[in-house]
Amino acid sequence: MTSPPPADRHDESDVILRMEGIVKRFAGAVALDHVDFTLRRGEVHALVGENGAGKSTLIKIMTGAYTRDGGQVWLEGEPVDFRTPADAQAAGVIAVHQEIHLLSFRTVAENVWLGREPRRWGLVDWGRMHADTATLLQRLGLHIDPAATLGALSTAQQQMVAIARGVSLGARVLVLDEPTSSLAEREVAILYDLIRQLQAEGTAIVYISHRFDELYAVCDRVTVLRDGRLVGTHRLASLERLDLVCLMLGKARDELRQGTTGFAGHQAEAEGAAPLLRAEDLRRGQKLRGVSLDVRKGEILGVAGLLGSGRTETARAIFGADPRDGGSVHVDGKPLDARTPDDAIRARIAFVSEDRKGEGIIPELSVRENLTLAALPTLTRAGIVDRARQREIVDQFMRRLGIKCTSADQKIRELSGGNQQKVLLARWLCMNPALLILDEPTRGIDIGAKAEIQALINELAGTGLGVLMISSELEELVEGSSRVVVLRDGQNVAELRGGDISQQSIIHAMAEGSAASAVPAALEA
Amino acid sequence: MSTTVAARPAPALGRWWSALGPTGGALVALVVLVAANSVFTPNFASPGNFWNILLQLSVTLLVSVGMTFVIATGGVDLSVGSVMAISAAVAAVTVERGLFVALPLALAAGMAVGLLNGAFVSYFRVQAIVVTLATLLAGRGLAQVINRDGALLTIDDPGFLALGRGHLGPLPVQVLIAAVVVALAVFLLRSTPFGRYVLAAGGNPAAARLAGVPVNRTVVSVYVLSGLLAGMAGLVEASRLGASAAAKIGQGAELDAIAAVVVGGTLLSGGRATLLGTVVGALIMQVIATSFNMLLIPYSWALAFKALIILFAVYLQRPRRV
Repeated sequence: MTSPPPADRHDESDVILRMEGIVKRFAGAVALDHVDFTLRRGEVHALVGENGAGKSTLIKIMTGAYTRDGGQVWLEGEPVDFRTPADAQAAGVIAVHQEIHLLSFRTVAENVWLGREPRRWGLVDWGRMHADTATLLQRLGLHIDPAATLGALSTAQQQMVAIARGVSLGARVLVLDEPTSSLAEREVAILYDLIRQLQAEGTAIVYISHRFDELYAVCDRVTVLRDGRLVGTHRLASLERLDLVCLMLGKARDELRQGTTGFAGHQAEAEGAAPLLRAEDLRRGQKLRGVSLDVRKGEILGVAGLLGSGRTETARAIFGADPRDGGSVHVDGKPLDARTPDDAIRARIAFVSEDRKGEGIIPELSVRENLTLAALPTLTRAGIVDRARQREIVDQFMRRLGIKCTSADQKIRELSGGNQQKVLLARWLCMNPALLILDEPTRGIDIGAKAEIQALINELAGTGLGVLMISSELEELVEGSSRVVVLRDGQNVAELRGGDISQQSIIHAMAEGSAASAVPAALEA
Repeated sequence: MSTTVAARPAPALGRWWSALGPTGGALVALVVLVAANSVFTPNFASPGNFWNILLQLSVTLLVSVGMTFVIATGGVDLSVGSVMAISAAVAAVTVERGLFVALPLALAAGMAVGLLNGAFVSYFRVQAIVVTLATLLAGRGLAQVINRDGALLTIDDPGFLALGRGHLGPLPVQVLIAAVVVALAVFLLRSTPFGRYVLAAGGNPAAARLAGVPVNRTVVSVYVLSGLLAGMAGLVEASRLGASAAAKIGQGAELDAIAAVVVGGTLLSGGRATLLGTVVGALIMQVIATSFNMLLIPYSWALAFKALIILFAVYLQRPRRV
């Protein structure tokens, strides 16, 4: 049991939600072991932990999606017992999920009032529905047309609509589950504004995110869970990042290497190494307006840029996943005009997409089938898949990458994000590629697996593989890359090397569109 | 409540059940049906009836195997019944030139319809249900045109008639054909890259494409396969009738096939397929039809009962939640 430090003690009337001794078991395994959680009026409370820590289980109990096996919950001092999400919603405890659960073909107003449409004489009162939506959106400072089709809006705006819906339901407690996972940087700022607005109105917010920058930007307190147990609740202002990582991992501070990534620190530049990939003047509509870059053998080239800068589009153009309007790609000095991924794969290029669920795993197939999907043509003898060789390769890579699953026959959808990502990496590594293109290789992965994957990337580059790594995590770029190319609005704006690579210089290039050498001393400090 | 986690003996039945996966429910339903009929339906548990059920089953099974592949890619092929009629009609008008001309031509006609379906579904991205609904309508018309404007063309080539009436030792030829097709299909799905590609293209086409899987070619292939097998079913049916009746052959075959596939546990949304399940599903449908027939219960009741079975099977397969 952890008791909050005296400075942290508030008046009891401030507490809006209190959970005590929460226990949840799944088929005998304990998912939550006597966890306590208190939420105060008007606070933004971060909930963090590695995968399997019990975050989502706790949230699901809080919002009525699961029933608890032990413990008690009070809302505004009253004991409550939510049996369904509808119960929790009626009481004002509302979750807004990572994937937005709304109707993309219907309008904003229809989505906000879905299931409780204002009526007149038994018919839908469209006038009032639109007027009420407009008032609500205005109050929240959102410039969204209530009559717009939801699917036509940007992901960020859809997210805002989802939150607005929660507010209109009378949310006293709003749970935001990875709200920024699909947002661009400036959209995140809009979300922050909205959160502060709600905070000022007295709404309590539970905020789940893997990104530390966000936690420190918007959250007041943080509750750390590990392996289904409460580690502690702290004020973020008085908790250093490194300490937070230590709490999440359950390690002492000096056990951690410098930095929080699995990279060894700055990569040496592979100065004399032969160029492996040379892409020049890649163009595709408004998204790519002349991107050039090159990757040498044995180096990790970092690609930085905000969402919409053309990072992913660059990778897809090289790999032949999308057609390009112009530009050239050379691999090992030979021109490559990949019209389909298959062409690129033949040129020994591999590509791990940022969208693991949407473009990576085949959910219903086993780990074995997923791992060998790309390699099947090479594993085939007389038109039949060579089971023995398949097993050999799967065993080898499962061991080498430390993939954790009950067996190679387990369906991949049952694995954690980190292990799924390892399977996808193995899918390409077993092809012995020359160039590995990684788009957000550690997004949404718990810290332990993240470090393992980063260490693996590092090791691969050491064996002479060329790596093109796109990442929105600056730490990852700074510590992992030997050079960093910064993109902005579909064009190169800077190439950073050696000592010039720092979070400040990358941010500066992304924001100002010029190289870090131009950074004034004041910004550098 | 005790807090110690006692080493629970792994329930053998449970493991069996999960190994069977979604086919489990269908298998249980089949066993119950057969057991109940053996007790209550006179003459049900007899060798004659056993062969009768298999004979009735073989045409549905041929179509259902193709349908399993199509549904595994997340599509559906409504045109199979019309393809059966086309292939029967083609065989009827060409049979006088010999079986070596008639049979390949009939099967090629089926594959051509499949190619058309597949091309529209994959390269032109039209929904499978729409494309194959169009070929269902057009195909039935085309069959009647080929069939000399809807006449009943009798076929008396003895070789052709052997397809649906002949025996090889104790085995009826059509049952043999169906058994060989099922075995080959199981092999195709399990052991060839094509089988893996079918499941990958159905489970997550975007991911499959990025992994270098020829998604479009795979989708075209399953429709061609479905057309080929429907063509084969049409030949067997025509042989059984001794004639090509363009308005009648294959009428409603698509629904029987879809029902067999779904009851067997193949996901309608694609990405998961079980041919064993499809065989079980087809058997369930046939056992219901046969036993109702033997009990002299009107056919309409059999239809209602089939519907219940379909709903129940799909209910058993619904995604589990905690």
